[in-house]
Amino acid sequence: MTKDAIIKDFEAIVGSDNVMTSETDRHTYSYDAAVLDSVMPALVVRPTNSEELGKTVKLCNDNGLPLTVRGAGTNLSGGTIPHPGGVVVLTNGLNRILEINEQDMYAVVEPGVVTAKFAAEVASKGLFYPPDPGSQTVSTLGGNVAENAGGLRGLKYGVTKDYVMGVDFWDVDGNLIKSGSRTVKCVTGYNLAGLMVASEGTLGVFDKLILKLVPPVLAAKSMMAVFPSMKAASETVAAIIANKIVPATLEIMDNFTIRTVENFRKAGLPTDAAAMLLIEVDGHPAQVEDEAAKVEEICKQNSASEIKIANDAAERDAVWQARRDALPALANLKPTCVLEDATVPRSQIPAMIAALDEISNKYNLTIGTFGHAGDGNLHPTILTDKRDTKEWQRVEEAIEMIFDRALALGGTLSGEHGIGLAKSKFIESETSPGTLAYSRRMKSVLDPKGILNPHKIIG
Amino acid sequence: MADIHQLATMLKELDDQLVGCMRCGMCQAVCPLFAQTGKESDVTRGKLALLDGLASEMLKDPEGVNEKLNRCLLCGTCQANCPSGVKILDIFIKARAIMTGYFGLSPVKKAIFRGMLVNPKLFNHLLSFGSKFQGLFTKKADDMLGSSCARFQAPVIGDRHFKGLASKPLHKIVPELDTPAGKSGKKVAIFVGCVIDKIYPNVGEATLKVLEHHGVGVFMPAGQACCGIPTISSGDTSSFDKLVEENLALFEKGEFDYLITSCATCTSTIKELWPSMYQGSSANRMKLRDLAARTMDISEFLVDVLGVEPAKVGGNKTVTYHDPCHLKNSLGVTAQPRTIIKASSGCEYKEMAEAGTCCGSGGSFNIAHYDLSKKIGDRKAENIVNSGASVVATSCPACMMQITDMLSQKKAGVNVKHVMELYAEGLR
Ligand SMILES: Cc1cc2nc3c(=O)[nH]c(=O)nc-3n(C[C@H](O)[C@H](O)[C@H](O)COP(=O)(O)OP(=O)(O)OC[C@H]3O[C@@H](n4cnc5c(N)ncnc54)[C@H](O)[C@@H]3O)c2cc1C
Ligand code: SF4
Ligand code: SF4
Repeated sequence: MTKDAIIKDFEAIVGSDNVMTSETDRHTYSYDAAVLDSVMPALVVRPTNSEELGKTVKLCNDNGLPLTVRGAGTNLSGGTIPHPGGVVVLTNGLNRILEINEQDMYAVVEPGVVTAKFAAEVASKGLFYPPDPGSQTVSTLGGNVAENAGGLRGLKYGVTKDYVMGVDFWDVDGNLIKSGSRTVKCVTGYNLAGLMVASEGTLGVFDKLILKLVPPVLAAKSMMAVFPSMKAASETVAAIIANKIVPATLEIMDNFTIRTVENFRKAGLPTDAAAMLLIEVDGHPAQVEDEAAKVEEICKQNSASEIKIANDAAERDAVWQARRDALPALANLKPTCVLEDATVPRSQIPAMIAALDEISNKYNLTIGTFGHAGDGNLHPTILTDKRDTKEWQRVEEAIEMIFDRALALGGTLSGEHGIGLAKSKFIESETSPGTLAYSRRMKSVLDPKGILNPHKIIG
Repeated sequence: MADIHQLATMLKELDDQLVGCMRCGMCQAVCPLFAQTGKESDVTRGKLALLDGLASEMLKDPEGVNEKLNRCLLCGTCQANCPSGVKILDIFIKARAIMTGYFGLSPVKKAIFRGMLVNPKLFNHLLSFGSKFQGLFTKKADDMLGSSCARFQAPVIGDRHFKGLASKPLHKIVPELDTPAGKSGKKVAIFVGCVIDKIYPNVGEATLKVLEHHGVGVFMPAGQACCGIPTISSGDTSSFDKLVEENLALFEKGEFDYLITSCATCTSTIKELWPSMYQGSSANRMKLRDLAARTMDISEFLVDVLGVEPAKVGGNKTVTYHDPCHLKNSLGVTAQPRTIIKASSGCEYKEMAEAGTCCGSGGSFNIAHYDLSKKIGDRKAENIVNSGASVVATSCPACMMQITDMLSQKKAGVNVKHVMELYAEGLR
């Protein structure tokens, strides 16, 4: 079929307003939040209901057109960078919350619903949806499921996968596949919903999501503890967990990040501290009091020089503002900011932090480190200028070494940002050849023409 | 027309600023235009990518990029919320100037800016002529709001409900002023602004009444020109420079502590764009920097300098407040106008939802993209109505016009006032 004829066919499905073909429109869907080169798609299509979405997928497959689904395009691994000459399918026209079931505590949503809007809507009904990626004000639930996004509350509440009860998705031939159910337990057949989590648009296109909701948090207490070394701070993390306390949030910041945040917005942070932990315990009020006291004691035992407990909402907000400012403050320093995702078993955090120190020295790079220490997920952030080709070369080498070290410490390539294009070439170093071959076989059966987000994850 | 390579070279000048965008996409959460269209080219990240694409000669369609670049309210919400601190408005305005240099100014804009706006006398004369005849073509829409609509089908007016030209502009009511400082010991210069002068002279009068009440001396020279925002946002740097020079020459003649305006748009233009976008002599640039440092919104002056505080509790009318983008996003002034409303006799303050989101006016955006402007404005009007207030106050006459249009079309029964009007009404 000619290109014009294909465009007409897409227009017949979604209407001409929802098919974008101009150079300018296509260019604005050629990138995402990853620091990678952009690739122009041939077409951008925006379905606005389930039927249109299914027909769009089928039309792509019938014509052998590579298809990349795009939510908000905030992923940090190139998952939405299109295939040259392919089609970008937008989900922001599919943004309805179809049901919030208060009694059975689940919700059914379309994939383009914005995460924070959903969480707010759920909260207004007295329920709680915990996954809170830093991008939640724009990221979509479909994108969250496809990346298995995490967030600040990962330690105690888990990540997106822990809230996915079911996924309805279009297979590549345009059949609607239903997986999972509205029940808490469901072991009927293969766990296809589980397969869809973290699939990055390579196995099917989500049409609806069934998401688990939980009761709201009754009470919470936040604190900030200052340490003389990153080692002491990271050992405290291990000690808190070893004492069988699971805070809702347990975040770490190194000295460079603390200073940068304080410069960004004066909040009275201890700029001479080598490291800081930001901790929140939550649950029943009595339990919160008890755990907060224990955490304070553990911090002291691990040579914390200062512990500040937030006494009211304003003080609590100040603690978390400091954490929220970490990325913006660092990003303000240099033109290019590469937010990495080094994840290791919690006990290996001190070793990973030492490795990052060594890497920043070896490659003479500025690296600020903060992250979800409690779940072993660090965000070393490399500050550079991509236009400086020599330095950029060193950045690429440093990134590779960060992965190497994380893997050597029993960690993983990605804790939450996905593999996409950025890390697909490294996947072999984490999985066995057999695992990769099995994954490729699965992909080729489910998507014989290889049109669903080609080259992502498994290369 | 210069060749596209030359355009790319010119846009390369923006490279250092463009590279600051880390393409995180967080601007999608705040852009009022993106909220309506959901198109990446309508949000900052997309526009910056387009400029970058043109600068690196990846794109070959400057017309297309220009069209997208102009679909923007220049509300600055994205800039105020960009985690990477990208100077977005600066980039957009410079890019528009470069694009206008490349394509040339449209004949209509050329006629308006260069033939009329830069010549305040002629501009005033033409509009006073217009004010006499406007009744022939328009009819009353809403008495309380003082809005009108087209009598016949009219191409430019469409279904707008607008506030017509005042029968007597401020420069006719109070041609000029130079009074000494009274009990406050302070003297201010007043920059009136076109919309207050020609459409809302009552806001100008209220401002003067308030300043007199507080014993503030006023320098208000005759012959003030437009602040230049319509010219610079269309990329017409030469008209902009002319307007800035005309104004500078007038205000240089007076002695005052602060330059005050009751128009959020003029305040932000004088404070931010005069020093950054004026291309003339370095001596003038120095003077503009000094003037900018002394420029303030009227509520900011009343609260931060004079120390006006809420004095009473309760009131017989409920008032809500809409934050003009130019005050909130560009200058960070949000508390002071609310303080003034709470200090205004008879006013009970009630915050509306999304008080800080754009009303959709965006200056000439309203003319070029009325459908989008109206959609954004409708949401604002809904929030105003839902607040239950009987009056919506704001600090920018351009927002007043847009909100009046939206509320009048809805027959919402909510009045629109400038903060100074409310405050002045309560002064004995
Ligand atoms: C400032 C910032 C902070 C961030 N913080 C976090 C964080 O704390 N934790 C974290 O985990 N991530 C974080 N991220 C990364 C990113 O926001 C997440 O990966 C998020 O889940 C992506 O959502 P999205 O809607 O933008 O998806 P997109 O980026 O549009 O897409 C992501 C992937 O999902 C696929 N996809 C999208 N919709 C569908 C669908 N309907 N069906 C099938 N596949 C689909 C796409 O093809 C792509 O492979 C952050 C990013 C930024 C820029
Ligand atoms: S928020 Fe700022 S850095 Fe992020 S995409 Fe928008 S303009 Fe770029
Ligand atoms: S200035 Fe306003 S309308 Fe323009 S891109 Fe930024 S937020 Fe959107």
